[in-house]
Amino acid sequence: MNADASQLFWMTGIASFLLLTAGVYYLLVTFNLIRALIGVELMIKAVTLFIALAGRVTGREGLAQAIMITLIVIEVVIMVVAGGLVLGVFRTTRSISSREIRNLRD
Amino acid sequence: MTIELILLGLMLLAAVWTVMTVRLLLSVIGLALVSALVSVLMYRLNAPYAAVFELSVCAGLISVIFFVAVSFTKRLTDADVRTLRKERIKKTVWLPLLMAGLGLMLAKTLAPPVLEAPAQGQTDVRTVLWGLRHLDLFGQIIVLLAGAFGVVAFFKDKKK
Repeated sequence: MNADASQLFWMTGIASFLLLTAGVYYLLVTFNLIRALIGVELMIKAVTLFIALAGRVTGREGLAQAIMITLIVIEVVIMVVAGGLVLGVFRTTRSISSREIRNLRD
Repeated sequence: MTIELILLGLMLLAAVWTVMTVRLLLSVIGLALVSALVSVLMYRLNAPYAAVFELSVCAGLISVIFFVAVSFTKRLTDADVRTLRKERIKKTVWLPLLMAGLGLMLAKTLAPPVLEAPAQGQTDVRTVLWGLRHLDLFGQIIVLLAGAFGVVAFFKDKKK
């Protein structure tokens, strides 16, 4: 790997790590279910960016793009189903706070 | 390289805004901005097809889903915003610890990979997706169907 590719790898790698941290942090500090979904979305963005970077530095852009497209399809399905769940919780409890669904076992 | 640096900086700023803003609608707009910037970065990293998917699906469709979800919430009062902002700043104390923990976990995996050059014809996404990884397409169809049936199951009305 030449110097330019190495610099690109570290730069983008660290940025995607920081994006992942932002997503994990958001998941940890919030009780709002929509905000939790946004946290998950940020984490998936970080992973997508890292796959693109891996494809670029290894010269396997085609394979990386195929994996990214699969990841994006799965991401959409996750978001739609999770959005439906949040809506279902809202219809039942009139709230989108995860505090309200802690008593599901009762 | 400078363009990538600027894009990465803007992406991180948008991510910080998404995480730190108290109003939900602004948070969703921040996420759409992150998504758009990630798609530009993907284009710069020689992944144009995936970049188009990212821009249209993630920045477009998922933002619309979030906007619909946010429309069900009630607007925060100014007092609520102040309280939430104080709470968020208190919780930020844990951020360096979280970063250190995640950094240690990822430190070993974040090493530059050394691979041989790919075989001829494997750099084109069409060849890879339809030739080598066509089983992924069946997986995608199954996941989409599972999602569709899942949503139908959530909103199915009880028979009277």
